Amino acid sequence: MEYFLQQLINGVTLGAIYGLIAIGYTMVYGIIGMINFAHGEIYMIGAFIAVICFALLGMLGITWIPLVLIIVLLVSMCLTALYGWTVERIAYRPLRGSFRLAPLISAAQGAKIKPLQPMVRGGFEVMRGETFTVNASYLQVIIVLMTVALMAGFTWLIAATPLGRAQRACEQDRVMASLLGVHTDRTISLTFVLGAILAAVAGVMVTLYYGVVDFYIGFLAGLKAFTAAVLGGIGSLPGAMLGGLLIGLIEAFWSAYFSIEYKDVAVFAILVIVLIFRPTGLLGSPDVEKV
Amino acid sequence: MLVIEGVQTFYGAVHALKGVDLKVGTGEIVALIGANGAGKSTLLMTICGNPKPRYGRILFDGDDIVGIPTHLLVRRGLAHAPEGRRIFPRMSVVENLRLGAVAADPAHFSSDLERVFGLFPRLKERRDQRGGTLSGGEQQMLAIARALMSRPRVLLLDEPSLGLAPLVVKQIFAIIEEINKRDGVTVLLVEQNAFHALRLAHRGYVLVNGQIAMTGTGQDLLANEQIRSAYLEGGHGR
Repeated sequence: MEYFLQQLINGVTLGAIYGLIAIGYTMVYGIIGMINFAHGEIYMIGAFIAVICFALLGMLGITWIPLVLIIVLLVSMCLTALYGWTVERIAYRPLRGSFRLAPLISAAQGAKIKPLQPMVRGGFEVMRGETFTVNASYLQVIIVLMTVALMAGFTWLIAATPLGRAQRACEQDRVMASLLGVHTDRTISLTFVLGAILAAVAGVMVTLYYGVVDFYIGFLAGLKAFTAAVLGGIGSLPGAMLGGLLIGLIEAFWSAYFSIEYKDVAVFAILVIVLIFRPTGLLGSPDVEKV
Repeated sequence: MLVIEGVQTFYGAVHALKGVDLKVGTGEIVALIGANGAGKSTLLMTICGNPKPRYGRILFDGDDIVGIPTHLLVRRGLAHAPEGRRIFPRMSVVENLRLGAVAADPAHFSSDLERVFGLFPRLKERRDQRGGTLSGGEQQMLAIARALMSRPRVLLLDEPSLGLAPLVVKQIFAIIEEINKRDGVTVLLVEQNAFHALRLAHRGYVLVNGQIAMTGTGQDLLANEQIRSAYLEGGHGR
């Protein structure tokens, strides 16, 4: 029981990270019908910017943890936002309206960076059993809370702001949106930027969580988050969140109770099963439109 | 107000408009009739810059608007309720109307909303319903209402009667007339329902194979033998 609870906490944390990345996939797919395969790399870049920032701030002697966290988050959000904007501008805009197979943009190769010192230490006991104590680290709590806050903010942004309305309009009928005066190119750029910002947050979190970053993390995390988006129903925001959570949980529990080597196999196997029985994903539904 | 001169539009290799000249004066209702595939909708979309014409000029208030991005034309006072209505299916009626007001001053929104609800009380009843679940007539009302939310001076209407019951068609045409008379909105109306359109319009044009074949007042065109046989067969009483 205690072991189960611990895995639940780990799984939710992991799921939060996947969910944040998955939102970027699902939003971009929703609006232009292309999969942004560079999205995992945006997350990787977010993580690297975080590492560089931590190092720089350390050199400058800024060590108050909350301040450091805020600075790192802001810097990596801004830089990856710029990166996301550039990707859309250079790689995707020329392809819009042509074929629907997005190019796969792969990152350069490189070496691993040595582990960071853990920044946020400590935690608390959730439950003490006879043989096993369930812990939630402060970092896990921060990750989950931040994710919940970001997702709530995003849901609000999409549902109730002019930008969100413009995004949904572009998703449903881009030509009509432009006839009504929506600046569709800018709306699409902003969608990439918003997705990139969320991926950056995920990148910062994962840097803090694992303390290790390499140039390849974007590939697997990107693939998992993409799986999460498809599992939840690509194009659906709540679907991406649910998918992320499920993938995180599956991974944590599989590693705990079965073999850790096969955790990725388990994740993708679940995807295959879901797609066989529900091709639109868990929350995606084929639209019945009346003319 | 709107002057189209020698406009030629291509869809890939297809020569859709082969040099169209057309004028819409301030306060007029001008009907553009023609068979399926004659290029009527293409002309309206070309005015809105999607697709762009390859040759020719389109003057709006005396300025050539060819090459101006589509989303900026609304801000000049040109609204389009296009072919197929193109309601956002997964948004409520009010949200569709909010998008219609993207280019307008937000301060006017609530009074403009009341105004279009006054024209289309049906939409007020359905205000929180999703666009995709409305009936065809309601969708057409929403398409016109949405176009009006930008406070246009010129309204382009593409086949507002298509697929609607005769009674609803009558309502829609009455409202078009009201918008024109009361609010002074200039209307360029594309229709296959030539009988209704020509009765309502001050002037009309007949488009055949991407070219204007005939023009005149609504009355003249209605009386014309050729038009009667080509476009008005069975049109009476509809």
